[in-house]
Amino acid sequence: MKLQILGTGCAKCNALMQATEQAAQALGLQYELEKVSDLKQIMAFGVMTTPALVVDGQVKVSGKVPALVELKAILQPMK
Amino acid sequence: MLLGWVTLYQSLAPFAAWFTYSLLGLTRGSHLGAAVEFFVYESPKVLLLLTLIVFGVGIVRTFFTPERTRRILSGRRESVGNVLGALLGIVTPFCSCSAVPLFIGFVTTGVPLGVTFSFLVSAPMVNEVALVLLFGLFGWKVAGLYLVTGLVIAIVAGWGIGRLRMEKHVEDWVYATKPGAAGADEELDWPARIRAGGDAVKDIVGRVWFYVLIGIAVGAGIHGYVPENFMASIMGKDAWWSVPLAVLLGVPMYSNAAGIIPIVQALLGKGAALGTVLAFMMSVIALSLPEAIILRKVLKPRLIATFFGVVALGIMLVGFLFNYIM
Repeated sequence: MKLQILGTGCAKCNALMQATEQAAQALGLQYELEKVSDLKQIMAFGVMTTPALVVDGQVKVSGKVPALVELKAILQPMK
Repeated sequence: MLLGWVTLYQSLAPFAAWFTYSLLGLTRGSHLGAAVEFFVYESPKVLLLLTLIVFGVGIVRTFFTPERTRRILSGRRESVGNVLGALLGIVTPFCSCSAVPLFIGFVTTGVPLGVTFSFLVSAPMVNEVALVLLFGLFGWKVAGLYLVTGLVIAIVAGWGIGRLRMEKHVEDWVYATKPGAAGADEELDWPARIRAGGDAVKDIVGRVWFYVLIGIAVGAGIHGYVPENFMASIMGKDAWWSVPLAVLLGVPMYSNAAGIIPIVQALLGKGAALGTVLAFMMSVIALSLPEAIILRKVLKPRLIATFFGVVALGIMLVGFLFNYIM
């Protein structure tokens, strides 16, 4: 699956990146992680608050860094 | 839980006096005694107030997502839009690192530029942390004044920017951006909203408590050691130039409300005029250089300068007004 982290490089974006990686690894997912920091691309997702997590083109989280449990719950069904 | 909070809150003043004068054996009326009592009383008090309000606001904010705010503001006429934008700035969850995507998201979906600015001014300036601290340290009158004047500045500044027709000073690519459709709002149940309140406490109180303590410590030092009316000559009513100076000093200072307000309280106690102090505080919180640098991505220099100029002017007027009427 394709995971994208949208953010212009603030501390929270890095936190979300790490948390997502952790969750994906804990679930043993096959994934590809990409960081999107270009504003035009971010806007194209319809996101107004960063950081955001996009899973296979769908915005799943925006404007916050969810707890690991929540991230796992988001990623679990995609397995 | 609320009952425990109230009991704790009410026992703070006697505890601080007992701690300072009985336990530490400091002399009543001494410089050190006054400073220590101030710190021991104010720190837990402010942190308690902060926790309660941040929890409450965290819950309220689950009802106002940026997407919903945008729907409300989109296509509004100016004036009504400016008022709504400023009001929504208080309750919409907003972090300055999202200022740029939020700006683009607003202006590309039909929120007028001036209304967007009303929102952008009010969101950082009139925030719950500032209001709590003002209420806790000065009482409801000053907190109310701050709320009302902060809103008025946001409304008028946004309206003014709208009148100046500055759309051409937004970077060209912004209006060419095609924002994707926003996803549907997630419906939250009450346990989730309460969890959001708890998360807000962890996030915000966890982030600002240290600044609050430093601010109170500096405030305590001023409270105990700076002579009464010392500030009257440099920050007093009669020194008209103190208001613009306070605003100028405030711009490069980048602090959040949590760190600046306890210092402000101590300055006031030593004879600084309320208007001057209010202007200083608003300038520190609402105008910051890092914000200008972030906004430069979407605004041309002239619009940034206008934005800062209009807001600074508004803050100065508030300063003069309060020095005049109080």
